[in-house]
Amino acid sequence: MLTGERRQGLALISPTLLYSLLMLAAPLVMVLTFSFWTQNYLDLDTTLTLDNYREAWTKPIYRALLLRSLNISLIVTAVTVGLAFPIAYYLSFHVKQRKALWLFLITVPFWTSYLLRVFLWKVILGYNGVLNTAFTGLGIIDEPLTFLLYNANAVVLTLAHAWAPFAILPIFVALEKIDRSLLEAAEDLGDGPVRRFFRITLPLAMPGVVASTLIVLIPTIGDFITPKLVGGTDGLMIANMIQIQFGKANNAPLGAALAITSMLIVASISAVIFLLGKRFGGKVQ
Amino acid sequence: MKSALKGLSAKWLALYAVAYMVFLYAPVILLPMFAFNDATIISFPLTGFTTQWFDVLWQTESLHGAVRNSLVVGLSSAVLSTILGACAARAAARYRFPAKRGIMSFIMLPLVLPEIIVAVALLVLLMQLGMPLSLATVVLGHVLICTPFSIVILNSAFQGLDQSLEEASYDLGESRWGTFRRVVLPLVMPGVVSSLLITFTISLDEFIIAFFLTGTEVTLPVYIWSQLRFPGKLPSVMALGTILLALSVLLLILAEWFRRRAARKQGIEASATGGFA
Repeated sequence: MLTGERRQGLALISPTLLYSLLMLAAPLVMVLTFSFWTQNYLDLDTTLTLDNYREAWTKPIYRALLLRSLNISLIVTAVTVGLAFPIAYYLSFHVKQRKALWLFLITVPFWTSYLLRVFLWKVILGYNGVLNTAFTGLGIIDEPLTFLLYNANAVVLTLAHAWAPFAILPIFVALEKIDRSLLEAAEDLGDGPVRRFFRITLPLAMPGVVASTLIVLIPTIGDFITPKLVGGTDGLMIANMIQIQFGKANNAPLGAALAITSMLIVASISAVIFLLGKRFGGKVQ
Repeated sequence: MKSALKGLSAKWLALYAVAYMVFLYAPVILLPMFAFNDATIISFPLTGFTTQWFDVLWQTESLHGAVRNSLVVGLSSAVLSTILGACAARAAARYRFPAKRGIMSFIMLPLVLPEIIVAVALLVLLMQLGMPLSLATVVLGHVLICTPFSIVILNSAFQGLDQSLEEASYDLGESRWGTFRRVVLPLVMPGVVSSLLITFTISLDEFIIAFFLTGTEVTLPVYIWSQLRFPGKLPSVMALGTILLALSVLLLILAEWFRRRAARKQGIEASATGGFA
């Protein structure tokens, strides 16, 4: 028997829960079912089979795309979090006034159209782009550089930019929570700045680092705009293939199998990162 | 020695912070630069000042349709997700109920799910149900991804609510509805407004879900995507982006202002991160 409070709580949350069940759980179950069906030209063959998964896991192109997506996503995550940490550290430990203003300034670029931001990186990195014109203008190079755009590096740079605020905020919050007297204690006990950082600050900031790692890694695997706009042919990722299967190729079941496969991979990597973070994270009694 | 080292690292960090901000703002700064540049090609050097690209926007009929669609989708998504978010945030802040953690994490799931998965999953469901794609289906998807943001914002508003105020209202003879309307709502109103503004902004800019779920009528980002293929259209797209940027920043400042007012009303310090993370 539910008590009054429990019933009221459940009643209050039920509209939101119902919406999530209908619009999230049901569709996800549907995708899972779809991935076991096959496309027969215009019709769907609803006999359950593992053919899509066999194709997704063995065909060289899908394997290559999956591996590349994984590779690029991991690099993007490492670069984004690596670049974000010093900023979060600076904000938390060195900025004394107007922290909120700094955070606001960090989030503003994120609120401009994502499409246009990606496109503008194309303008910056392109053959006649900002960097090339600047470098040739300054006489540093004679010919415009061509390795800037249409490759995996461009994808990494653009995504590191796109996810910056999401990486900075969780680390900043974790750093803010660190009891400053612990740092003084470490210093009094003879730890130098470097040792103190690795023994106190970093382990205590670990929950934030793990959170920002996951926040960047998971959506990156699912991005298909950035690879399409700045990635060229060797920057294409698995999400582009999923989009093609649901669009032009008209093979939704295979697309579903690819989507489920990439989700499984992301989930297992996330679990590993989470456990690693727990292992190396510090505890305060 | 130690303090010298400290001063040095602080200096380097400050320098790094400035360089990082340049990196963050590099593409954003370019937007207005090319919007007011009178060359048809998006490249340096800039040639001269013009406002003709903004005039082009006024004359493009298809753009006006996309703007109207985006406003409709944005407003509907903002209202619906804020209502759903308010229910969940209030339930989480005020009540204890079975499986609370599980239910809340399930509702927050779209926050960490790749958008293409959400989009594809909804598309598959709609295909199976035989529902035609339209602006309404885009709203369905946007409400799903906006609700977690709304919950995060409203959570701090509801959590800061002093329960004794409600009890006082009951003691003074107010009904449940009366208490909600006259005590709870005014106190969380700034949070609600802030949630409406943020969810509207998210919906306005969302591309992947809109791209998959839109029918013949497109939203603004889908329209922009279709224009990026035509080099001749790019300067006017830049002008459009500049207007959108100005609008987003304005909405954000408003949302932040409301959030701080809410915190002040409840007598608590507004957290610097706005409740995120």
